[in-house]
Amino acid sequence: MRIAITCLLLAFSLNCFSAVEFRKFNDPQKEQAYKILIDELRCLVCQNQTIADSNADLAKDLRRQVYEMLQLGKSKDEIANFMIERYGDFVLYNPPFKAKTGLLWIGPIVFLLIGLVMLVLFSRKNKVKTKTELSEEQQTKQAKVKALLEQGDEP
Amino acid sequence: MLKYIIPLILFLVMAVFLAMGLNLNPRDIPSPLINKPAPVFSLPILGQADKTLSNTDLSGKVWMLNVWASWCASCRVEHPVFNQLAQKRVVTLIGLNYKDEPESARQWLAQLGNPYNVSIMDQQGRTGIDYGVYGVPETFVIDKKGIVRYKHTGPVSAKDVQTILLPLIVQLKGEV
Repeated sequence: MRIAITCLLLAFSLNCFSAVEFRKFNDPQKEQAYKILIDELRCLVCQNQTIADSNADLAKDLRRQVYEMLQLGKSKDEIANFMIERYGDFVLYNPPFKAKTGLLWIGPIVFLLIGLVMLVLFSRKNKVKTKTELSEEQQTKQAKVKALLEQGDEP
Repeated sequence: MLKYIIPLILFLVMAVFLAMGLNLNPRDIPSPLINKPAPVFSLPILGQADKTLSNTDLSGKVWMLNVWASWCASCRVEHPVFNQLAQKRVVTLIGLNYKDEPESARQWLAQLGNPYNVSIMDQQGRTGIDYGVYGVPETFVIDKKGIVRYKHTGPVSAKDVQTILLPLIVQLKGEV
């Protein structure tokens, strides 16, 4: 049974590889650059996939473009710039830090700080409250309870 | 009282941002090509494959580049709009037939009408990449100096033509 399930899962996993066509590289460095690049470039049709993941026609064309430019001896930065010139910063999964993308990068940190500040403020307030808000009646009751507890089970 | 007002204000600010986010179209990615020279192409003409058209042939004219394909469903939606625009004869309309079979493209135009002065064939999609095409149909407006002045992603509606494209064309035609 277990073997059957494994086989089934493996059969499904083949689909993942079939999306990307085989590219032949003579230079292992170029192959490395190719893998990094197609993992960093966004497929603009599917938007939440890299061009390495996507089966869309545009992703295929962009992979071909990356491959051809690498074979022509272009560097990784040159290819990334080529894509940005045409598709904008959005094409990179890691957009560069600029005035335009600042909110994107700093936003989460700002929200985290706001959250932390709120947490500290609220927890302080609550502490003070529990200390001050015992009425006289409650205080006498509390004293009684304490006395009972200290007395324990002794008759 | 303040205890209730501050979270309320925070909530309202967030609600406004989220509402804005809901109304944004994630497919509307701003084109980096705006106010840059139109990428160079020289492509075979649909129906006259031995002839080519280059963007330099169009300098001195205000022209529009409409990216279309016979396999593209939304192109059918905008097609009547371009047929109407073509009747006005106010602008040179170039069709970029994107990743299509010439035969199906010809049939498509025969069936639905041909609003284009010329259609050029980009079977490999390379000119498409140069223009940052990611969702057909797309439409570019290019001025007399060959600078891209406007890009529309998705089907163009009659309202877009009236409110955006025609005024822009008139303005660009007035420029030297």
